Amino acid sequence: MIRPVIPLVTAALLFGLGAYGVLRRRNAVLVLMSVELMLNAVNLILVTGDTMRERVTGQIFALFVIVIAAAEVGVGLALVLRLFRLRQDIDIDQVALDDEPRAAAPSAEPVLAGPTGAPTLDGEQA
Amino acid sequence: MTLQDVLLAVAGLVAVAGGVAVVTTKQLVRAGLWLVVALGAVAVEFLLLGAEFAAWVQVLIYVGAVVVLLLFAVMLTRAPIGRSSDLDRPALPAALVGAASGLGLAALFVGVFAQFQVPAPAVGTAERIGDAVFGDWVLPFEVLSILLLAALVGAIVLSRPSAPQETTAVAQGSSR
Repeated sequence: MIRPVIPLVTAALLFGLGAYGVLRRRNAVLVLMSVELMLNAVNLILVTGDTMRERVTGQIFALFVIVIAAAEVGVGLALVLRLFRLRQDIDIDQVALDDEPRAAAPSAEPVLAGPTGAPTLDGEQA
Repeated sequence: MTLQDVLLAVAGLVAVAGGVAVVTTKQLVRAGLWLVVALGAVAVEFLLLGAEFAAWVQVLIYVGAVVVLLLFAVMLTRAPIGRSSDLDRPALPAALVGAASGLGLAALFVGVFAQFQVPAPAVGTAERIGDAVFGDWVLPFEVLSILLLAALVGAIVLSRPSAPQETTAVAQGSSR
């Protein structure tokens, strides 16, 4: 006999830690790591539910979540590297939520900006 | 408390301790390595819960691929190796939300399932999972493959240096 409350409480604590990390961390890679913690907590709950019900549906959901997390981390890291190439920094507090050019240009000029026009945040010609 | 309960509790403690280290350490590379500890402990819990296939997929994809990708990103963004002081925001709102969700969920689970016991699961259910994935869940499975392809193409497009764009911009600039 096993008590499912043990993995369930573990998952709840991991989820709380992940939420804390997402809100606390400023570095984009660390935010992604915290998101992985939250996804793992959900997987743990799904698998535990499987054990309680003697089914495999939860495990299949967990596998799907793992695959989606892998896709998410691939695209997320591509975005992080793109951001680093444009701004030499991956501090997510510095990311503008609109595509207006910043009033104060960053000290390090984006390398990819063309010779004409003001560089916008995504590096395209304005 | 059976032996499996004790093992589950130990693996859970290791996972939570690893998670605490991931969200509190001041060193980027160590955060990635602590993530390996946390995810590995969760994989051990999967094994103890009878989800053998999910455990090995967790080890292969999370510990094998995702953490390596994250460490690559740490190194490609030329993060300082060593202690960095500018990683964190003020702690209070994050601690409030994290503690409320984590401890609230934990209290809920303890309240509902505290005395609940289930028989220990049989090991080796990969065949049942295969039957289910390619039976009931075959359409989501195929959609997932399209999603992976889209993510692959998106990652390549995003991380490609925009060389053609730059040459056209230069050509336009020189012709003016």
